[in-house]
Amino acid sequence: MTGGNNNSPVLGLFVFETNQLLEQLERIILDGEKAGGLAAAINEVFRVMHTIKGSAAMMLLDNIAELAHALEDVFYYLREEQPGEVDYSSLADMVLSAADFIRNEIAKLENGDNPNGDPAEMIGSIRCFLQALKGCGSDQPCAAAPSVHAVQYYIGAKKPEKAGVNTYEACIFFDEDCGMENVRAFMLVHELKEFAEDIRYLPPDVLDNDDNAEAIRREGFRLYFSSRNTLEEIREFLDRTMFLKSFEIQPAGAGQPPAAKKRTIDLEGPVPEASAPTAAQGTDGTQAVGKQNFISVNVGKMDLLMDLVGELVIAEAMVSQNPELRGLPLDGFYKAARQLRKITDELQDVVMSIRMVPLAATFHKTSRIVRDMNKKLNKQAELEIVGGETEVDKNIIEHLSDPLMHLIRNAVDHGIESPGEREQAGKPPAGKLRLEAKNAGGEVWIMVQDDGRGLDREKILAKAVERGLTQGIDNSLTDKEVYSFILHPGFSTKETVTEFSGRGVGMDVVAQNIEKIGGSIHIDSSLGCQTTITIRIPLTLAIIDGMNIRVGRNIYTIPINSIRESFRISGHRTFRDTGGAEMIMLRGECYPILRLYERYRIQVAAEDLPDGIMVMIEADDKKICLFADALLGQQQVVVKALPKYLKKTQGIAGCTLLGDGSVSLILDVSGLVGGMGSGCCS
Amino acid sequence: MAEALEVFPDSEEDTLSGKYLTFSLGSEVYGIEIRYVTEIIGMHTITEVPDLPEHVRGIINLRGRIIPVIDVRLRFRKPPREYNDRTCIIVVDIKGMAIGLIVDTVAEVLAIAEQDIVCPPQVNGAYQQRFIKSIGKVGDDIKLILDSDQLLSDGEMAGLDGF
Repeated sequence: MTGGNNNSPVLGLFVFETNQLLEQLERIILDGEKAGGLAAAINEVFRVMHTIKGSAAMMLLDNIAELAHALEDVFYYLREEQPGEVDYSSLADMVLSAADFIRNEIAKLENGDNPNGDPAEMIGSIRCFLQALKGCGSDQPCAAAPSVHAVQYYIGAKKPEKAGVNTYEACIFFDEDCGMENVRAFMLVHELKEFAEDIRYLPPDVLDNDDNAEAIRREGFRLYFSSRNTLEEIREFLDRTMFLKSFEIQPAGAGQPPAAKKRTIDLEGPVPEASAPTAAQGTDGTQAVGKQNFISVNVGKMDLLMDLVGELVIAEAMVSQNPELRGLPLDGFYKAARQLRKITDELQDVVMSIRMVPLAATFHKTSRIVRDMNKKLNKQAELEIVGGETEVDKNIIEHLSDPLMHLIRNAVDHGIESPGEREQAGKPPAGKLRLEAKNAGGEVWIMVQDDGRGLDREKILAKAVERGLTQGIDNSLTDKEVYSFILHPGFSTKETVTEFSGRGVGMDVVAQNIEKIGGSIHIDSSLGCQTTITIRIPLTLAIIDGMNIRVGRNIYTIPINSIRESFRISGHRTFRDTGGAEMIMLRGECYPILRLYERYRIQVAAEDLPDGIMVMIEADDKKICLFADALLGQQQVVVKALPKYLKKTQGIAGCTLLGDGSVSLILDVSGLVGGMGSGCCS
Repeated sequence: MAEALEVFPDSEEDTLSGKYLTFSLGSEVYGIEIRYVTEIIGMHTITEVPDLPEHVRGIINLRGRIIPVIDVRLRFRKPPREYNDRTCIIVVDIKGMAIGLIVDTVAEVLAIAEQDIVCPPQVNGAYQQRFIKSIGKVGDDIKLILDSDQLLSDGEMAGLDGF
């Protein structure tokens, strides 16, 4: 397809649907492999290939259509003949590489490039495979089957007839007032191309000239073509044409070919825009049945909806907490305001839940990588996926896919040892790789765990010293701190670089990506046993429950789910360590104190601890106590980013609007906690 | 001045060229090209943001948008002055960023002909000078025309990272 059609909604739909189909295909194949054979999946693969072929042909992507076609043949054969022995492993390879090819082409299409990849080689090997199958699987003659022959299978779903090539002449009338007769005629010709050759038709230039629609309406659409199919089969085919009113068909004598001036159709050339919508109608008609309970929505619209709901939440707070209402006896108003609040809350929940997408699709993509790497690196890693139904925000998923891939690649490449090594270490030859997701408070935890060789603390530490990340061998560093060195750019203890990893590029990108969505990475490992990498991400970024606190004249918001408790100091012991850092002893544990007015250099704030209030916050397993003037109350807040001009301010995650229209800063809890150094010192 | 005084939309680019919004800081009158100006609003409650240079006063809520505000007095290293009901925030749009400029008072919109605009004298080392693009003459008065890009120049912002 030429670049001109890039923005057409039909193309978008095609890309979207095909990508979905490819994902589905991959999953089917991988599940099939796990189950020990593709036998159960044949029907599904056939259907997917058939759909891809159909829609690719509609979009005039011949290379994709042909490739899908070749695979469809194979699966058709498998379905109909059920041959005894099939090399499912190489078949799976074939299907997956074909899926990659198609995905590639579609990516080109999306980027506005010309999808010009040549699948000939792949098609060739698929054909060979099919013939090999035919050779051993059944009593069918294994003589070279031309593709036209193969196509014949599923038009009539009968055994092919060995009839010679017949020439037909047909005259077709479309329903009155169906509109766009010329385009419909063209579609018909295109479909006909599947099993007919040498197609000529009258009027000749159906697409280029809209006046032809009128001519077709009056005189019908005349077709001349040759095909191996019988008259009956062609009748059946024509009968299924949309908006068909009537048609006549008769075999034409081979001796009287149609007049030379009727030109053959040029299917490779660019197609005028008009053909595309009809194409989509065609596909939609057949697919709508199974999908009617779902609609796919443009993400942009969802984002807009989300923003609007965010504004609504703010507006609701501005009305119901308006300072002008303070002290007025407004029972009716408050009742109504509570109702409004309830509804906005529900609305917000619904919008959030619409945006939530299960992680399963992202998880399943990784199983492909594990499979490929197992084959290439001769390892045996079994991927176990747990908690794929856990849902996270759509925006987060997009940023999660690449980091996950990378972690999985790392785990297979670096983590899991070769079967030989594993046996020496007394482990089962097959490594276990566990990808797990679960909800934990306001966060989603995604864990990548392997039972491989683990991280070597000494090696990492040595490397960190070499790179100047730490001063000398510092034994006071905790394991977690040491492991987190591998998140630095260019950090790799691996001596050799493989196709998959070892360049030391990647973990830092993973860390960056995760940070971008407000998450954090935790690494846990024991040498020789296992490595667990946990990604913690917030459930959603847009709206949080916040606690407003006052420091001086300033108001700050703390995300509720990071608050552990708040208390007034009376008789608690506070003290300072040698470095001057203030601590408090509470129930036998001691926590650092962060005086916000000091941190943010705010004047006129309560400076005596008993005058203010302590808020204990927790992040990354560390707890600190914030000292503020007062708690103001809880509110749902819409997180807004700080203006770009201010760049990143440490300890501030964003800002939000309060009920009275003023702006409050949202504290970045993990930033504050991290800034305090290692926390608890009990 | 609490009500927003909307200035012309951007699309009328032609009618905007050669026009300057003038404002005063103490006794001096400055001009800023009107095409940068989005609107003029009265003083808002400013939320302070920690760890910023002194002249960046914080952020304000402009009808749901969060924009940073700069005190032009402090930017030019003039002594600070209490804000009063004459104090205005000129909201400008520079390189796609909306920023509020706090000024003592807004004066008027002036058309200054091209021949009345001259380059400033080159005085070495004058800090203020880099903000002045040119000098306009209107009758006997002198208007200092600001270089908007310099107002929030990147060099200055890079300095922020050091905080």
